[in-house]
Amino acid sequence: MTTTKLNKIAVGALLAVFAVRIPAFAEIDLSGSWSARAHEDAMDRGPGPYPVDYLGIPLTEAGRAKALSYSASIFSMMEHECMYYPASYLVLGPQGIKIWSDSDMINGKTVAWNISASNDRAPIKIWMDGRPHPSKIAPHGVSGFTTGSWQGDVLTSYTTHMKVGYLRRNGAPTSDEATLTLTFLRHGDLLTVAGVIEDPYYLTEPFVVTRNFVSDTVPIRPVDTPCVPGFEGHKEGGAIPHYSPGKNPFVDDITKLYNIPVEAVLGGPETMYPDYRKKLEGKYVRPEKCVRNCGAAPPGQ
Amino acid sequence: MVTPAKGDYLSVPITVEAKKVADSWDPAKEEAAGNQCKGYGAAALMRLPGRLHITWQDDQTLRVDTDAGTQTRLFHFGDWKAPAGEPTWQGDSVAQWESPRVPRGMPPPEPGQIKSGDLKITTTHMRAGFLRKNGVPYSADAVLNEYYDIIHERNGDQLLVVTTVVTGPMYLQQPFITSSQFKKQADATGWAPTPCSSTW
Repeated sequence: MTTTKLNKIAVGALLAVFAVRIPAFAEIDLSGSWSARAHEDAMDRGPGPYPVDYLGIPLTEAGRAKALSYSASIFSMMEHECMYYPASYLVLGPQGIKIWSDSDMINGKTVAWNISASNDRAPIKIWMDGRPHPSKIAPHGVSGFTTGSWQGDVLTSYTTHMKVGYLRRNGAPTSDEATLTLTFLRHGDLLTVAGVIEDPYYLTEPFVVTRNFVSDTVPIRPVDTPCVPGFEGHKEGGAIPHYSPGKNPFVDDITKLYNIPVEAVLGGPETMYPDYRKKLEGKYVRPEKCVRNCGAAPPGQ
Repeated sequence: MVTPAKGDYLSVPITVEAKKVADSWDPAKEEAAGNQCKGYGAAALMRLPGRLHITWQDDQTLRVDTDAGTQTRLFHFGDWKAPAGEPTWQGDSVAQWESPRVPRGMPPPEPGQIKSGDLKITTTHMRAGFLRKNGVPYSADAVLNEYYDIIHERNGDQLLVVTTVVTGPMYLQQPFITSSQFKKQADATGWAPTPCSSTW
């Protein structure tokens, strides 16, 4: 297990008193291009996670069962090729983002903040004009529906009406009832976006993840190349790629690689918290040497 | 959660020099030399799985105790001057509240007037340590900048988000940026101070 993975489950607890942010006087500007830093969770934010690695995700039994049934070959089906990841992929995926605002040209007020799309995530529009979320039975879209508000110099947004999707690019699922709360914390040229994903079907408790971006003068495009489905070898009428219960061949993949027990990679709420270390004690034997996905060699090597 | 294998520096933007250090990591030697806290220095401590206990030590000093490695960090406000002496694992930390923006036409607050908001900590004078417990190093001249923000979940839970930027050209090609989350507890349940360890 890498430290990257470890830190995902290193959600500890804050005890005692800490000053709470006081209401601020004014909102701040978030506009610009922000490049991503993949200094943690590098597998998720780079090549993609191991096929069965749900460590740190508070999956329900249903969520775990759905995740284990996932085969990445499903994306070779034409109807799935252009299936975008939900808005939560902003804090889970690898890409940088561009942020810009729409203004009311009469009074100058910000009507909405926009976050650029990537090639596998639709753009996000954060409505700031106080409009309500659609009714529960309104259609769900690839971007979902998002509203936002300022608390001092911190923008918080809330997204509903997303389509079904994935928390991780290995099939850890989100349902269409999932919601996403994003908090934008800007410190000069550094932007930390905290995401809290809730899902009544597949998560036992909120899944919290943060993502770091750095202001960049290299422009990031607001949209990416449109996805056009094409034949990728999956014939119409063929079987839908999946693994039947108990048949996922990758369950032992990283347990062998990192010497961690299988129950750890299957996730669940307890794997989010530091106490889980006690459960690993005696079961974990540190591999002598890293043999796969060990990190890029520095320049000159 | 656990100490990774030797040579696992995935996601850390290390230099050639750092790779040499990481590849020569020997936890048994570190233990024997009394360096088992090398992975618990300020630049790495907030990334370790564990709990924090945050209190005011006095009017100008915020104290952060960690159960991982039983370490204490002190964040000094005001015009505190670092004492002379050898560098330490937790270094010297200077704290300041980052004030909310003041609207146009309003006078800026006087220094020291701001008593809350989000917190910026700058730490220097650290003893050289490990960014990752498997020997990925940071140097004694590394500088640590941290931002502490409190956010709220919709269910009422309070989260502390700590964004950490470690700069040190000897071992890092670029600033190493990570962020960690802590959920506020109602009490001290689970608080379990443990000693430093190079191997676990």
